[in-house]
Amino acid sequence: MMNLFKIALRNLLRYKRRTLLTASLITVGVVFVLVFVAVSGSFKAMMIGQITDAMLGHIQIHKQGYVASIDNLPLNLNLNAKTAARIDEILGSQKNIEASSPRLKFGGLFSNFVESTNIRLNGIYPDREFKTVPLLTSRISEGRKTIAKGEILIPALLAKGMKVKVGDSVVIVATNKDGSVNGKQFVVAGIMEGVTGPGGRDGYVHIEDAAEVLRMPELEISEVAVRLKDFDRLQPAFQDIRKQLETEFRKGDKFPLEIHTWEGLSPFFNIARMLDIMTFFIKLMLVALVLISVLNVMMMAVYERIREIGTMAAIGTPPGKILLLFMMEGLSLGVLGTIIGGGVGLLLLFILNVAHITFNFGQQQGLLLQAYVNPMDFVTIAVIVILVSVVASLQPAFKASRMEPIVALRHV
Amino acid sequence: MSLVVAEDITKDYRVGEMIVPALRGISFEIEPASFVSFVGPSGSGKTTLLNLIGCLDAPTSGRMTVAGADVGALDRKEGAAFRGANIGFIFQDFNLLPVLTAYENIEYPLLMVQNIPVEERRRRVTALLEAVGMADQAGKRPDQLSGGQKQRVAIARALVTSPKVVLADEPTANLDSKTAHTVVELMKKMRDELQTTFIFSTHDQKLVDEVEILFRLEDGLLASRGNGEG
Repeated sequence: MMNLFKIALRNLLRYKRRTLLTASLITVGVVFVLVFVAVSGSFKAMMIGQITDAMLGHIQIHKQGYVASIDNLPLNLNLNAKTAARIDEILGSQKNIEASSPRLKFGGLFSNFVESTNIRLNGIYPDREFKTVPLLTSRISEGRKTIAKGEILIPALLAKGMKVKVGDSVVIVATNKDGSVNGKQFVVAGIMEGVTGPGGRDGYVHIEDAAEVLRMPELEISEVAVRLKDFDRLQPAFQDIRKQLETEFRKGDKFPLEIHTWEGLSPFFNIARMLDIMTFFIKLMLVALVLISVLNVMMMAVYERIREIGTMAAIGTPPGKILLLFMMEGLSLGVLGTIIGGGVGLLLLFILNVAHITFNFGQQQGLLLQAYVNPMDFVTIAVIVILVSVVASLQPAFKASRMEPIVALRHV
Repeated sequence: MSLVVAEDITKDYRVGEMIVPALRGISFEIEPASFVSFVGPSGSGKTTLLNLIGCLDAPTSGRMTVAGADVGALDRKEGAAFRGANIGFIFQDFNLLPVLTAYENIEYPLLMVQNIPVEERRRRVTALLEAVGMADQAGKRPDQLSGGQKQRVAIARALVTSPKVVLADEPTANLDSKTAHTVVELMKKMRDELQTTFIFSTHDQKLVDEVEILFRLEDGLLASRGNGEG
């Protein structure tokens, strides 16, 4: 086998310029795919990080039917106190959960005593919320980076439109699920921006204030946001939580809760999927590039060496060995392109990281682009290139091995 | 027992719609350790006959037996195995593999065809390099060798597997007369030492003068069989 490999390598070196050109094409393909996978992966990870760490959390738990009506913030689809407490206990016993935060969400009227407008409010336990979505504080552009009871964080556009500043008093008026209206005065503790910019109508108050406004005899919960210790284990953790909750709450075919990962809650998931699809097509282009390059060069190699193939066959070389010889040439081309492409690609990624390229996303200024390629992605790309090289050389190699020696020897 | 037995061999080629007969009922026998040549004008069927003996082609009718095997009945794999074990080839254009050195070209059939262990390979290749006077050129590639040197390497390659028959199609056609004479002498010496049968096709009168048995072909028929002057 080693001798076949040696002959294959020498044959490649025999046509240096052609080998170099083909290997260069493969190299360019590998470099392009590596850099694209690394940069798009880094961009995607950062975007997902922003969305989950500044707003959604990794997983959310609601009462069945809540998510379908989430735009209305329905108070009649809240989790009751007993259920919420049991969920809290179960989540507290899970080793893969970093933090969880119960939220009471409702819509209300925001008034500065002169004029009023509508607002969406999240009642939270500040310490638990900031642990579950740690980038939330980075969205607070003015004021204190937390809230206490009697305080409110209001969205920036609303503050601007209503000419409200930090320290001003405002009133929140809301209708509870029985239809009665109640109001409460708050002090503006801070002004915050949405995840993707200054838009959004979400404000934050302490959860006990929210319960007071809604005149709840005992605290109800609209959703529980969950933060995992290891985001890469999202699906297994999600299944674990789901299993635990089903064991606890399922009665026959009825399960009163719904559990979603961030993917089921944010439209950004579709953008992330589009990035994955683009990556898939880029890999497909690499396959086509390698296939055409190697196929072309191997077909030429067979055509140019017909007499040589005839000689080998006449001497008694088994057809299988002739097939292997040409396949090894294709394999060597693939390996060569992968090694050079991998090296150049990793060097480029190193340069990109050393160059400290930054960009802005919402309130996050100067986010550092960390182009990183997963070792598994690297191995996948290498395996694809090498396999495609072998597959591309299969047809020319088969043709060579099936050649009649007498016909091949007559070839001019 | 004869090494090569041809029984009423015919070979037709199809050229477009036409059937062109290359051999038209040829029979002969060749004994082991012979030094034989087929001569005749171009198109008389010399190369076709060599291809049939060499198991590179099958007769249209008749039976060609080499070393007891009906070579016309062998399939692709069996044919390759038979050639690798029993037949050596010397080509007019030498046909050395350009990426291999002289040593490696001679070693090739032992390595790629017969899977001989390395020590035995080294022993046989070194002995043949010495025998053909190419020991000092062992590391050179074909493009660094003269025509005569290439043909010496080709002879060594043909003999390295200790074949029963060596077939040489116009082996001196691309050599000057002095080199051709040296090459013929070398082949004769090898025949004497190894008892290998050499079968040529040639136009070269000098080579004709050296052979022991001469078959003259004309228009695909065996015109005569005679003893050469060699």
